[in-house]
Amino acid sequence: MTIGIPRSMFYYYFNKKWKYFFDYLNINTIISPKTNRKILDNGIKLSTDEMCLSLKSYIGHVDYLKDKCDYILIPRIDNYGYKEQTCTNFLAIYDIINNIFDIKILDYNIDLEHHETELDGLLKLSKILKRTKTKIKKAYEYACTMEGKDKKKIVIDNMNKLSSKKTKVLLIGHSYNLYDSLIGTPIINYLEKLNCEVIYSDRFDYQSTKQTVLKYSKNLYWRYSKQNISSLKYIDKVDGIIFLSTFPCGLDSLVNELVLRKINKPYLNLILDDLGGIAGMETRIESFVDIFEY
Amino acid sequence: MGNYYIPASYFFSHALNAKVMKSPKITSKTIELGSKYSPDFVCSPFKYTLGTMIEGLEKGANVIFQLGGGCRYGYYSELQEQILKDLGYDFLYINFITGGKADVKKIYRELKKIDKKFNPIKALYYLFITTKMIKYMDKIDDYIRKNIGFEVNENEFEKTNDEMLKEFSKTRNYISLYRTYKKYRKKIKSIKVNKKEVLKVGIIGELYTVMEPFSNYFLERELAKFGIEITRFTNAHYLLFEKTKKVKKYLKNTKEYIKYRMGADAHDNVARAKELCEKKYDGIIHIKSSFCTPEIGCMHIIEKICSKYDVPVIFFSFDSNTSEVGIKTRLEAFYEMIEMRKNNEMLPRN
Repeated sequence: MTIGIPRSMFYYYFNKKWKYFFDYLNINTIISPKTNRKILDNGIKLSTDEMCLSLKSYIGHVDYLKDKCDYILIPRIDNYGYKEQTCTNFLAIYDIINNIFDIKILDYNIDLEHHETELDGLLKLSKILKRTKTKIKKAYEYACTMEGKDKKKIVIDNMNKLSSKKTKVLLIGHSYNLYDSLIGTPIINYLEKLNCEVIYSDRFDYQSTKQTVLKYSKNLYWRYSKQNISSLKYIDKVDGIIFLSTFPCGLDSLVNELVLRKINKPYLNLILDDLGGIAGMETRIESFVDIFEY
Repeated sequence: MGNYYIPASYFFSHALNAKVMKSPKITSKTIELGSKYSPDFVCSPFKYTLGTMIEGLEKGANVIFQLGGGCRYGYYSELQEQILKDLGYDFLYINFITGGKADVKKIYRELKKIDKKFNPIKALYYLFITTKMIKYMDKIDDYIRKNIGFEVNENEFEKTNDEMLKEFSKTRNYISLYRTYKKYRKKIKSIKVNKKEVLKVGIIGELYTVMEPFSNYFLERELAKFGIEITRFTNAHYLLFEKTKKVKKYLKNTKEYIKYRMGADAHDNVARAKELCEKKYDGIIHIKSSFCTPEIGCMHIIEKICSKYDVPVIFFSFDSNTSEVGIKTRLEAFYEMIEMRKNNEMLPRN
């Protein structure tokens, strides 16, 4: 049995955990390649026009995987507790994919407000995975501890960057945008070419930076937006801030606008669409970085 | 939100001793003002409400109330407050629902700020009357929406409705409210209606667009010209009291299409689309404001259901630039299509 994992959206939040989990259970996984023009174009063809760019690319990835594996892994995340909700696309993604494609889907639900944890969801898969519940539980615990260790390294690495002597730029955006090879990577590469130190908003320890959110917004209730905004705890240590979002992103349209009005550092608000030309972005980033040299 | 300002102003004027200002009618100037100060790709209700708030503040309001919902709507209040404060207005902004839940203590504290003599027990009594008023309004509204445009004497429905609303706003207690409701129900049902064979069309979609820009029966009137009767679902009473009960039933009915709640009203609309198809309606109209994320997700599923049951469906997406003329043309084409289908059904097939 092989399980397909689309390299978009959820992948960037759970990739390490899934890797350890399925390795422990000895199950084959196949991960779709990095986003390229062909995958995105396929996604755009299959989706409704007004969907956000990230969701379009997700649909493209599923389309690539659909006849290369037995099941496709799609979790549904409702919330991580009170005031820790997610975007409505995360709630609906399972049903959207299920209605566009005729494929078998491996799904589990995270809904802590109604007492459905990640482990509960995974245990329900035991019949399909053909592994016993005790083994799944062990695998999950193993995956969690290993992921925790890896994450510590990443956090320390990101914190070290704060004391670097280069120009420091804080990049705020959702993980699935920052690391996507068509959306975030060209921008990060260009920033590095201009000799900047890029600090990622999602590579901080959320538990310790959580309180910062209240300073900017009192009733923000989206988990991943909160995580991004909480990185502003270190606003004094960076030179500039870049907000990166994809065209009609529901959360960023409101949250970024509010935060922009409250910070007093140089900032750049980049919104990407599916046209793909990077030249315009490069000019804007270059002039933004020039600010710091004077 | 349409005529709902009457119960709202009734509640605030009685429970808080405050003077309630009727929000000005939405015009193209309101929309222009709203979209000038709001972020680019936010959904259009944000722009509409922001525009209304600016116009209201300019006329001298100093307290604004806002509610919150399941999707982006819950976060409107904070950004709108910030935008208006940056524009230099001085006012008190009160949000009733934060993070999807109503915080009773906080609301009490805020209300006490406005009125020092605020009495919660008195307020509860008026809240009860207000909810009943909404219920009665919606019941009458349902009947009107089905029949408006077919009346023998033009504008009779609207006139009677306006009279009723005027009397509602003057009610003193529950009994008098109930009596006026009964009186006008009789009156409205006795209005002569000229209805022969009609085509039936159901309207589903995002709640604000269903309720607001065409609250003055625009869509109903346009369709009635062609002899089409309309069924609508979303109204304030449904949102406030029925929604939580019905979600499970809806999910059960649409098992083969959706498994989970899809956020805001998306799963409701999928269930309604299926219901309309099963009742053999002649067509479905889906309306939403542009960039409404939950509705975008369910559009694909509604299309799938409609093609399975062979029911035509049309999607309207409104933003600040949509004009009535463009909608009229599309509605006309849609009507001609359903009529042709109906006529073809009557002919014997070879």
